[in-house]
Amino acid sequence: MVHPLPRFRPMGDRSLLVELGDTISPDVNRRVHQLMLQLRQAPLPGVREIAPGYRSLLVVYDPLTIAPAELKERIAEVAARPGIAGLPQAKRLTVPVFYGGNYGPDLEAVAGHLGISTDEVIRLHTETSYRVYMIGFTPGYPYMGELPAALAVPRRSTPRTRVPKGSVGIAQRQTGIYPVESPGGWQIIGWTPIELFDPLRQLPSLLEMGDRVKFEAVRQVEI
Amino acid sequence: MAGVNTFEVLSAGIMSTVQDLGRFGCARYGVAASGALDGFAVRVGNLLVGNDENAAVVETTLMGLRIKVLRDTVVAVTGGDLQARTGGENLPGWRSHLVREGETIAFSGPLSGFRSYLAVAGGIHVTPVMGSRSTNLASGFGGFEGRPLRKGDILAVEPVKDVVRCVGRGFMPEAVPAYASPWRLRVVWGPQDDHFSEAGKQTFVTAPFTVSPDSDRTGIRLKGAVIARKPGMEESIISEGILSGAIQIPGDGHPIIILGETASGGYRKIATVISADLPLLGQITPGDEVAFEAVSMHEAVQALREMEDKIDALKRSLK
Repeated sequence: MVHPLPRFRPMGDRSLLVELGDTISPDVNRRVHQLMLQLRQAPLPGVREIAPGYRSLLVVYDPLTIAPAELKERIAEVAARPGIAGLPQAKRLTVPVFYGGNYGPDLEAVAGHLGISTDEVIRLHTETSYRVYMIGFTPGYPYMGELPAALAVPRRSTPRTRVPKGSVGIAQRQTGIYPVESPGGWQIIGWTPIELFDPLRQLPSLLEMGDRVKFEAVRQVEI
Repeated sequence: MAGVNTFEVLSAGIMSTVQDLGRFGCARYGVAASGALDGFAVRVGNLLVGNDENAAVVETTLMGLRIKVLRDTVVAVTGGDLQARTGGENLPGWRSHLVREGETIAFSGPLSGFRSYLAVAGGIHVTPVMGSRSTNLASGFGGFEGRPLRKGDILAVEPVKDVVRCVGRGFMPEAVPAYASPWRLRVVWGPQDDHFSEAGKQTFVTAPFTVSPDSDRTGIRLKGAVIARKPGMEESIISEGILSGAIQIPGDGHPIIILGETASGGYRKIATVISADLPLLGQITPGDEVAFEAVSMHEAVQALREMEDKIDALKRSLK
């Protein structure tokens, strides 16, 4: 599952995708987390940014300071060192969700695509505790998994230009929450009121790589 | 240190924001770089008015920005030629000018390019958030109150002494970039070019594309030929980090050139625009034509070095 050696794919002349596995797996993701911490602890020359993904790190660098070949070599060296002792303690969070209707405009289409009822989609989505694999896309956006195989659906073939803040989406074996209104390609099945991002907090993102999240369906209360 | 009130926005135009060269080091919170889309223009503008290259400037799009000058200062307009005027006179681009209290700087519309930059001696005074003065429009922080400028906004400038010494500086005319459609953008293949059929790759580097009107600071959306994946490839991939210039091909096969507002994504990237051509992305206008040319990594780095040489030459000329 975890590649014995990192694999490299250039993204242009100023960033390098460092792949540590091919699949969404907690082991691969922990390896990504570890390598990120290692590279942050002892920064390499010319590196401007390290963006962790599910199974890869995107290392952004200045190609006039460090040549891509040398950067690859130095990253491979760091990756070959024994992993640092432990990863930070994971947080656990329960997220309330209003499913379907205006809150989740794709819920019925998802159920139709999968050939199951909307209640079954909700049951499947809430029964699992998810790992936060990465924060990305927009500030504070948690990419979580792994979704039960019975819920795997493709992204929308044309992304929406506007997805409301708080929307809960699924795509393939992933689930996520939109922290702000943004464009988006995931199937939207529900909505939550929790605030995921505050730029002025010490830790701007409520969730971090490695945290655990469970969704809870909110029955709409009549007042 | 308090800033000195220097500009009043009389009209914000289509879209005007405060930007520097971007926010780095926060990608793990999902925070993209943002920043001026034509970074080259910003660096030159700042140098002309005696600033650090990364000082905050006003980025304005297409037309309509009108700014009243509240005290004498030195400015430079760089980037696209949006026909800036002040006090009834043209304000020629890529040069520094003294502007007087009471004058109005107005941008009436494009002769070339799409975005213009107004650099001011001292730099626009806003509080850095996560190490940058750029506006993060997605989450509404940084820049001026985390939002595009509006009529009535008062912009302060970092106080500086002896600004008059910077008046009348100019960028070498031969080094001023040409902004014109059809655009030819140089790219390096990858990271996922191997996920596309040979025919798909061939189409990518031969077909002309048209810039769609729904393009914005998140991405330049292209219409025209559809880029085919290899048979059996799913529409999307496992999400990973992304940065400006990456060209993603979503399920419908229409390319999107990612700009600085996105930290990650789950679509395949067939190729990535080279660093030396990134500033051009800020000047591409809806309706323009775009074509891609694949170059080697070596050529890409060489082109970047040539761009940096122009900046270095400017710095030497200002000493």
